[in-house]
Order: sequence, then structure tokens, then C-alpha cells
Amino acid sequence: MEVPILKQGAVLIATFQAALSDADLNQLRMGLVQQVVKFRSRAVIVDVTAMDVMDSFASRTLREIAHMIRLRGAETVIVGIQPEVAFAMVQLGLTLEGVATALDLEEGLAYLNEKFKTAN
Amino acid sequence: MAKRDGTSIPPEPMRTEEPSELLRELVAHLRQNRTQLREEWVVRITETRLLTAMTKEEIFAEATSVYDSYVEALETEAFEALQAYARNLSERIIPRGVETHEVVGIVLLLRDVLARSLFAKYQNDFKKLNRILDAYEPAANRIANTVAVGFVQERERVIRQQQEAIRELSTPVLQVRERLLILPIIGVIDPQRARQLTEQLLRGIRTNRAKVVVIDITGVAAMDLTVANNLVQTVEASRLLGATVIVTGLSPEIAQTLVTIGVDLGKMNTVGDLQGGIEQAERLLGYKVEKLAEPR
Repeated sequence: MEVPILKQGAVLIATFQAALSDADLNQLRMGLVQQVVKFRSRAVIVDVTAMDVMDSFASRTLREIAHMIRLRGAETVIVGIQPEVAFAMVQLGLTLEGVATALDLEEGLAYLNEKFKTAN
Repeated sequence: MAKRDGTSIPPEPMRTEEPSELLRELVAHLRQNRTQLREEWVVRITETRLLTAMTKEEIFAEATSVYDSYVEALETEAFEALQAYARNLSERIIPRGVETHEVVGIVLLLRDVLARSLFAKYQNDFKKLNRILDAYEPAANRIANTVAVGFVQERERVIRQQQEAIRELSTPVLQVRERLLILPIIGVIDPQRARQLTEQLLRGIRTNRAKVVVIDITGVAAMDLTVANNLVQTVEASRLLGATVIVTGLSPEIAQTLVTIGVDLGKMNTVGDLQGGIEQAERLLGYKVEKLAEPR
């Protein structure tokens, strides 16, 4: 399943669909980093609003994506985690430590704006 | 009687009554002497100072229905019906402030009053008295047990109902500024309530688009490991929704507990009191509060 990746200025927005397979996640990991390189993006927003479960593989993949993208000098923000999913995640000890999070796309963009402002 | 070869034929067994016959006889006696025995019972209840929350007329009315149900249970051995009656009775008298020991007490008094009357009736036939008691005692004990259990079950049902109501009333998630929520927690947190708090808070964060949450636990006396971990999880889950949590009002005892059980306080942003917590929250949100004039 292809995950749509949109470009908004210096920010890439990847919107996860519900029920991504492990293969999809692996493909996405490589794909996103390639796009960051190609467009010289400064940040990636991963929108997981449509995900109603988050297992340990998906959680680990998100952290790896964030780390890889940081190695390219770019920031990752995960947005749209649903309350029920967040609750389930912390009970399993999946805290996405070290990765920035925001409530939704709007908040994610606001966070990045703030960050770029202070950086510049 | 001896046979010619020296062995003997055992004597004919005496005709003894079936247990059910004995019970019928017993029930008949209790019905015949109903007025007198009930009166004696009520006197004993008053003497023992039970059911003080009820008037004499009320005691008499309830005593009548309890007596009749008691005798009926002896007769029919329909203990489910008795349990239903007991729960019904409890529903009536619990709001009147009647306690468990009173209910158990009056049922045992009735058992004794009836037993004494059996002693009196069969005092000249010791063997028959024994057989009657053999029939009476297990049934009487089962009745006492059934009524007590029915009463306690009703009490427990009421308590569960009240706990549910308290739980619902006591976890408000309050918005005090744009993007700022306050969750004041008061009382005892058990794992179930902790879970409910977390779910309610997370929904509130999403609905109100909160960026900062102040959880105030001034009103919480004590916290165990499970609940402390729940608190940490609540903080972590809130972060996943993009909100920062400030915990305020940790008592010295709770602070001690958290340190002792090794909760990772690095994961928690804590401030002394609620006022301090709100002030920090406002700073985080970019508010500055300035006093313009003295209060009038």
C-alpha cells in the first residue's frame, strides 16, 4: 500500500492509512528518507490519525524514521495519535521517547514554525 | 425373642416419623402459636435493644412478615424465595439505618424463641424432642444464613452503586485558559479510577486542544506503586497527544513513596502547589499575567 507523501514547502507530510503491514512500514522508512534527501526538506510530519492500533513494530519503525531523518538534519513530528491508541501504547511501554509529537497536523505545523523561527 | 437354635430375631424397629412429617408437625405448632411466639420475639428484640431506628409499630409489622416468611421457608424449603424476600426487606430497612448485626441478631432471636417453644412442647418426650430438633436445626440455621447473606448482598449492591456515582462526579477535567486544562484529583485512587481518569483526560486533551495539563493531587492522601505508575503513564500518553503535564500538590508522604518505589521522576514535571503549576503553565503557553490595579 502506498503511503501518500505531500510536500508543503520545506515540510513533507506522510499520512499513514489504517492497518499498514510490516512490509509497508519498511518501504515507507526508506521512501521517506529518500524524499527528504531529494527535496532537502527540513522536517517530516507523520500523520497517524487513521491508525487505530499501534503495535511495537510500528512504534519502533516511527522511532527509526525519526532517527534516520535527524541524521539528514531534519526534524520529525508524529501527529494524530488517538487517545485510545496513546493509552494502549503507554501500557505496552511504547512511549516514542525522543520523538516530537503534536495533537494534529495544524499543531504539528505550528510546532515546526516555532522551531524554525528560533533556529533562524 | 429367642429361636430354638439359639440365635435371636432382632426386635421390630420402633416406628419413627419421616423428617418431612416432623417438619410438618413443627410448622403446624409454629403456626398455631404464631401470635404468642411473635409477641415473645418482639419483646426479646426490644430487650436486646435491636432495631432502635424503627418504631414499635414498624417493628411489629416487619416482625409479622419475617415470622411468616421464616415458617414458610421451614415448610417449603424454598430458600431462593427467602433470599429474594431478604433482599427486599434489606432494601426497605437499610435506608432506615439498620445494621447487619441487627438483622442477624433478630433472626437468631427468632430461632431461639422457636427452639425454646419446642423444648417446652416436647419436654416430656426426650427422644421425640431430639428428632424434632434434628429436623429444625439445619433448616433454622440455613434460614439465618440466607437472610444474613441476602442483607449483606443488598448492602454491597448499594455501596457499589454509590461508588460508581462518586467516581463519575469526582473526575472533572476543567479548562481554565485556552489550551490549558486542570485535573484536580481528590480522594482515593484505585486502579479502576486511575484508568478512568486517564481516559477522561486524554479525551479532554483532544476535545479542548490542550497543550498544557496541570494535574493537582493535593487531595490525594496516599498512592501505591500501581497508581504511581498509572500517573507516569498518564503523563506519557498526554505527551503523545502533544500536551505537557505538570503535576502539583505532591504531599511529603507521596513524594517519599514515589522516591522509595523508584518512579522515574525525570519523566514527570512537578511543581509544589496548584498556584505555581498554573503560573508555569501560563508561561509555557506564552501568557504573562500583569496586575493593573489594586482590588477594590
